[in-house]
Amino acid sequence: MNHNLPILVLTFPLLAAFAVNLLGKISKKHVAPWTLASLAMSSVASFFVLVDVLENGTFTYTVGGWLPPYGVQLVLDPLSALMLVLVSWVALIATFSALPSIKKEMPGREHLFFSLYLILICGMMGLVITGDAFNLYVLLEITSITTYGLIAMGRGRAPLSSFNYIVMGTVGACFYLLGVGYLYLITGTLNMADIARLLPPFYESPTAATAFCFLMVGLWIKMAFFPLHGWLPNAYTHAPAGASVLIAPLMTKVTVYLMIRIIFSVFSPYYAFLAHSQIQTLIVWAAVIAIISASLIALSQRNLVKMLTYVVIAEVGYMVGGVWLGNIHGLTGAIFHIVNDALMTLCFFLVSSAILYRLGSARFEDLHQLFRKMPLTLGVLVVGALSVVGVPPTCGFFSKWYLLLGGIEAGHYGFVAALIFSSLVNAVLFFRVLEIAFSSGKGVEPHGAGIAGRAEAPPLMIPSLLIVAFVLLAIGINAGSFLSHVIRVAVPSL
Amino acid sequence: MDGWLADLVAKYNYWIYVVLMMIGFYAMIRKNNLVKKLIGMNIFQTAIILFFISTGAKKGGGIPIVDKEQALAGAVQAADIVNPLPHVLMLTAIVVSVSVTGVALATMLKIYKEYGSIDEDQILERVKSDEP
Amino acid sequence: MNVIDSLMPLMVIGAALLCVVPIILAGRKPVLRGGLTISGAVVVFALVASMLPDVLDGRVFTAVIAPVLPGAYLKLRVDAMGFLFAMVASFLWILTAFYSIGYMGALKEHAQTRFFAFFAVAIAAALGVAFSANLLTLYLFYEILSLSTYPLVAHDQTPEAYAAGRKYLIYLLGTSVAFVLPALVLIYTFTGTLDFADNIRSGIFPATTPPALVVTVYILCLFGFAKSAIMPLHGWLPSAMVAPTPVSALLHAVAVVKVGVFSTTRVMLYLFGVETMEALNLGIPTAYFVSITIIVASLIALTRDNLKARLAYSTISQLSYIILGVALLTPEGISGGLIHIANHAFSKITLFFCAGAIYVASHKKNISEMGGLGRAMPFTFAAFGIASLSMIGGPPVAGFVTKWYLFLGAMEASQIGIMVVLVISTLLNIGYFAPIVYRAFFASHDAADRLSGEKWHEAPLFMVIPLCCAALVSVLIGIFPGFLMTFVRGVFG
Repeated sequence: MNHNLPILVLTFPLLAAFAVNLLGKISKKHVAPWTLASLAMSSVASFFVLVDVLENGTFTYTVGGWLPPYGVQLVLDPLSALMLVLVSWVALIATFSALPSIKKEMPGREHLFFSLYLILICGMMGLVITGDAFNLYVLLEITSITTYGLIAMGRGRAPLSSFNYIVMGTVGACFYLLGVGYLYLITGTLNMADIARLLPPFYESPTAATAFCFLMVGLWIKMAFFPLHGWLPNAYTHAPAGASVLIAPLMTKVTVYLMIRIIFSVFSPYYAFLAHSQIQTLIVWAAVIAIISASLIALSQRNLVKMLTYVVIAEVGYMVGGVWLGNIHGLTGAIFHIVNDALMTLCFFLVSSAILYRLGSARFEDLHQLFRKMPLTLGVLVVGALSVVGVPPTCGFFSKWYLLLGGIEAGHYGFVAALIFSSLVNAVLFFRVLEIAFSSGKGVEPHGAGIAGRAEAPPLMIPSLLIVAFVLLAIGINAGSFLSHVIRVAVPSL
Repeated sequence: MDGWLADLVAKYNYWIYVVLMMIGFYAMIRKNNLVKKLIGMNIFQTAIILFFISTGAKKGGGIPIVDKEQALAGAVQAADIVNPLPHVLMLTAIVVSVSVTGVALATMLKIYKEYGSIDEDQILERVKSDEP
Repeated sequence: MNVIDSLMPLMVIGAALLCVVPIILAGRKPVLRGGLTISGAVVVFALVASMLPDVLDGRVFTAVIAPVLPGAYLKLRVDAMGFLFAMVASFLWILTAFYSIGYMGALKEHAQTRFFAFFAVAIAAALGVAFSANLLTLYLFYEILSLSTYPLVAHDQTPEAYAAGRKYLIYLLGTSVAFVLPALVLIYTFTGTLDFADNIRSGIFPATTPPALVVTVYILCLFGFAKSAIMPLHGWLPSAMVAPTPVSALLHAVAVVKVGVFSTTRVMLYLFGVETMEALNLGIPTAYFVSITIIVASLIALTRDNLKARLAYSTISQLSYIILGVALLTPEGISGGLIHIANHAFSKITLFFCAGAIYVASHKKNISEMGGLGRAMPFTFAAFGIASLSMIGGPPVAGFVTKWYLFLGAMEASQIGIMVVLVISTLLNIGYFAPIVYRAFFASHDAADRLSGEKWHEAPLFMVIPLCCAALVSVLIGIFPGFLMTFVRGVFG
């Protein structure tokens, strides 16, 4: 491997963030090319990193030549490399949609928005590859602070939602930091691999248990695991469309990944799943409640974006539950679902931002006859909906399949029932939206009447919509080889 | 002295951290005024800083600035100096906390411009009347 | 088993899917679009028919599309049972294509391009179900069929049509996700495979599988395929009759409902197998359970005045014949059940075609208004009469063959109760079909008609010819059942 490739993936967006800010002051024309170019480069680089890791195995990069346990290490194992690719590519696709919608929503301030945007991407990439527990906290806060800023840039209730998020997010981060503090107290190190090496003798100690609880609760707040989800719906709904199209697909998924990282790279599956099996069952039940309640709340929403945020929360329940089932199928399903859910959520938020771009509203009553106005956008929504319901051959089916297998293997039929229940609710949710978009909303309509002008999504958004729909289907159809070559390799051993 | 009281006194810094944390938590949950909420958040963060610093402290430990000659000669005992790492970490944490506070204050300004108030109840009333 | 690796099954489904593209491109030219639909249907039928010699020789075509899960492929397989269904469906697509061009044109329906495009997708999905080599592939095409027929059911875009469409999806998608999907996962967990067995005896469950599990999976499958409209999951079918008549005809006499019973019987025979079903005593209770549907649906049909609604309940009742036959688990019973897939398809499509022709020619939907109409539309009502006779089970029409084998099967299984059910249901069939034909030919004209003095004529030729063809095929099957029986015998290996 070119030994600097992993750090380059992070460097491109970081440098571009400053370039966008400075050059954007001179002319707004500089914003789009710099943003896109840097993200494209880091996407390509991340792809090579993944290929390399899959071929040659795990690779650690020592930042600045400072050796661990003092220096910060980047760990590129198959899972983190996969996440790196996911983050960079989702960010690249999302940017195609963010550019036009931000240009429309906040003309003159694009450079400010996109410098934060790029730093956020850089932070998320750092999060997935860092091998240092404290560095992880710093990066978590970098992503959170940029997210607060991006959300607060929205209009109306956005600043208020952002403030709630700040309070909740800070509590989450502080809990995480406390957890790290307790781990430091007993092991005297912050490097994850080092902690994992030194920790086993302390497994029985209450300090380790306290640390584990603080770490988990902190991450659950950050990932909006029901009932710690309160901050999410309003924040994502009122954020500028260009911000939520990046944040919604990635933030929760990256945090779920961090939870897996903590369980497997800092503690051990033995500690998390076997030593405390009642707690494990309890958490799966919490996931069941999360899935069911979030699905039910989604049913009562009358705004497309708000409904989507509850779908995101329900899906977090899928992944947390899948991980905590504690068997290989559940974990495979959860990791596969991280990828799929990121893509599905990206699909939904691309669609919703295209709709917001054209209509300025995503309330159900404004969506009538949308099939005539934006047939392509809604076609993409259909693909995403099929995936989230779990209809083969879209990719959503296959991760759900593994989650179901995991549930049955663990004998946790409550989780199986919750997954199926939520699939049914998703079917109702999206079917309702599509039916509204299909109808004129005026009751009886004469044949062929009520023609509305066609107003498809702006040209920059269309390729991203098509790509994401294509990817949802392509992963589904090639699920077999994708699973055996990427996901299976990425699943940490139990 | 009773056992638990001895415990309490011996580890008073940890108890203070817990108390501070609870005070911060209370303010964040209970206070309607957004500025007070923010202050609560800061107290919460400070509590954690105190916790970390406590972990590095040693009875009779000196400042972790070491004479080079002495160090090379191996004459420096780890027990003589406090652990510098938590301090360094907390410098970062303070930076983080200052940034969060900054963003929160800026957001609060925007809220004030939008609703003309920083009292949560009044804001929520305003929100309700705005949205039919 | 003699297996050929071949792309043929994939090509058949692909050809049907590909029809969508030219249909959409030709959207603004109705004549061209109609021509394309018909030629697409003919091509698909020709492709299916080209497999006939090999299937008759007992060979089986297989094609792997994609490995989607370890141990589970998207895989196609053409065997005798699937071929029988595919041939019937693709042949009736040709007739329906002609018929719908006449129907949609005569009524000047809106959104015809959408109609024909989704129609082609639905046929492709039905063929996919027929050719599925495992439960996963079957489930995939089953879901595609549910989704692609939604726009057809809600075609009118009236609140009533939306309500029907909603009900349609809730029943079909809801049951398949709630019952079939868990069944899939359970089967996969306990057997490690989802492939259908290559004979109808053994099934795929190893002898060590706990019986409670097999029974659970069986019940999940029986209720999961709600397209077969077993009571109490039949509600979607009568509501879906708001769709244009060609949709009701092809989809609710052939594709959708037949896919339901095809899936159910496929699972019963090739997943559980006769031996397992006998060992766990699943067959006879199922037969009695669907007998309820047969009788109750017929009783409801008696009370319906709307012609399409009466036909819908008749369909519900007749579909259960198929499941009843297979559930008897005797060779004769299974033969009767499977052959009824074809018999009922031809006869019921004739009836629906007639209902549509009557509506186009006279705008009448209710049976009570059809007095004397047979004298104005002799061909239509003659065909209707023949098809009714088939439903009743009288010789020399297709339905007779079914009834014959079902009686033999019931006797072989020594189930007097089932024989009684068959007799009662035959009487009920007479009860609700005979008056229609009688009234059309022998009753006096409707009072309203006499007042307005209107003279009715036959519907356009595009509609009358297909319906006569379908009726003719029913008669031919009744006289020469041997051809179809070859395939049914092929099922027994």
